[in-house]
Amino acid sequence: MSVKRRKFLDYILSLGFTGLVGSIIYPALSYLKPPKQAEAAVNSVKAGKVNEIPVNSGKIVRFGRKPVILIRTSTDEFIAFTATCTHLGCIVQYREDKQQIWCACHNGLFDLKGRNISGPPPRPLDPFLVQIIDDEIIIAKPKRMS
Amino acid sequence: MDKIKNNKIFQWLHERYNLEPILEFVEHKQVPMHKHSIWYYTGGITLFLFIIQVCTGILLLFYYQPGVDSSYESVRFLMTKVNFGWLIRSIHSWSANLMVFFAFIHMFSVFFSEAFKKPRELTWVSGFLMLLLAMGFGFSGYLLPWNELAFFATKVGTDIVGDVPVVGELIKQLLRGGPDVTGSTIYRFYAIHVSILPLIFLVVLGLHLLFIQRQGMHEPEFYESLPPEEKHSIPFFPNFFLRDLLFWLLILDVLLFLAVFFPWELGIKADLFSSAPAGIRPEWYFMFMFQSLKMIPAKVLGIEGEILGIVFFGILGLLWLTVPFWETVIAGKKRPWLMKVIGLLAIIYMIALTIIGYLV
Ligand code: HEM
Ligand code: FES
Repeated sequence: MSVKRRKFLDYILSLGFTGLVGSIIYPALSYLKPPKQAEAAVNSVKAGKVNEIPVNSGKIVRFGRKPVILIRTSTDEFIAFTATCTHLGCIVQYREDKQQIWCACHNGLFDLKGRNISGPPPRPLDPFLVQIIDDEIIIAKPKRMS
Repeated sequence: MDKIKNNKIFQWLHERYNLEPILEFVEHKQVPMHKHSIWYYTGGITLFLFIIQVCTGILLLFYYQPGVDSSYESVRFLMTKVNFGWLIRSIHSWSANLMVFFAFIHMFSVFFSEAFKKPRELTWVSGFLMLLLAMGFGFSGYLLPWNELAFFATKVGTDIVGDVPVVGELIKQLLRGGPDVTGSTIYRFYAIHVSILPLIFLVVLGLHLLFIQRQGMHEPEFYESLPPEEKHSIPFFPNFFLRDLLFWLLILDVLLFLAVFFPWELGIKADLFSSAPAGIRPEWYFMFMFQSLKMIPAKVLGIEGEILGIVFFGILGLLWLTVPFWETVIAGKKRPWLMKVIGLLAIIYMIALTIIGYLV
């Protein structure tokens, strides 16, 4: 067999082989990539009755698949933010003693406007709207987000 | 050895398969005896702990059920109802930590005795890969009981992976099985922990041991330059191997002591919708990296600090993996002290940041 012909065959074979490997790896990788699940279009949730939450306290509320922190401030206002810390995604909590939002993972602090005021978090927490209708607390996505 | 050769079964096999090459392979390795010989045992101890992991891991598999509603419950059942369940789990957890610990010790002993030099480059590379795999075992296993600490540690750990430039987001999704740490993450970590990592580990371990058996033990410089009559060595098989066994017995005692008197706790069940408790921290062997990431400012010259830190550790890891290949260029015979300094700095850095991590 001439050298040229041998080289040509080598080339064709390696091309075919690469194609084969690719056609095995591609579906395997795509299989591992989690399919996008339609985010249930939650626009508002009920978070319970007003008297269930004491003044100066907070609680975590399910908002679709995301946690939201609902706070009744010491001045008796209801406010809500995403509860996912903007640093590395831990769930934040309300600190009654400081009257601030605190992330235990790396000591991140946010004020009651959601602004990151100390520690590693790089961004503020996104705010949610809170409405009281017939004593029922309703948390809703702000208009510009939805 | 002669006893083995006279054995009936051996002779039966030998007659049919000619075991001469295998015997030669097993017999030729000699272990030098000198004041630093003790470090030769650290690799064997790490191997022993891995064997323990495989055995106890397989036992855990008989009761463990991955899933948001079953992981925690099955481990609790294991610990409260199953005979010796608490012990098996406690051994698996303690031995995991000891294994990583001894892998570190072994690696640094090899580093300082310069055993990684030509011709043992690939032994070094395979060894470091196994340390990384062991850390992968630890990270993936940590989540499996699905308790609160592990849940948030995994959230944070995988979030950090997401910051790796270009491929980070994809890897994070692949690991989590979705945008968040959920039940899908348990299944993925489970598959990684009990099948992918063990398979890869066994292959790399096989190569590592093959290289060592083929090339024989490294002789440190001071020993090599001794006149032949002052060199003392013992055959690896069976003499050194029996000493290995003695150390293994010792380690087994330590392990059982820890597992029995400091049983591994389960903690409280993870809840996707509750605030992170105080005291979330990774396992100790991730602490120095984790603490460094925490100490880098949020923004450095316009680049996000986390990303900078990750790239920094990525490069360090690569440099460490390839030590035998650049050592000759910058240190070698000209500056024999340089590698010692580098190794010492690495150790001091790791210990210092680990301590800071636990104090603050
Ligand atoms: C073939 C090998 C292995 C198998 C089949 C296995 C299996 C398992 C299983 C089923 C669990 C969950 C049960 C539990 O959490 O108590 C687990 C947990 C764990 N594994 Fe493994 N494992 C293996 C090797 C390893 C290795 C080599 C390491 C570390 C170097 C390791 C580290 C861990 C850790 C840290 C946990 C969490 C322990 C806990 O908190 O309960 N495993 N393993
Ligand atoms: S995850 Fe909240 S401060 Fe780090």
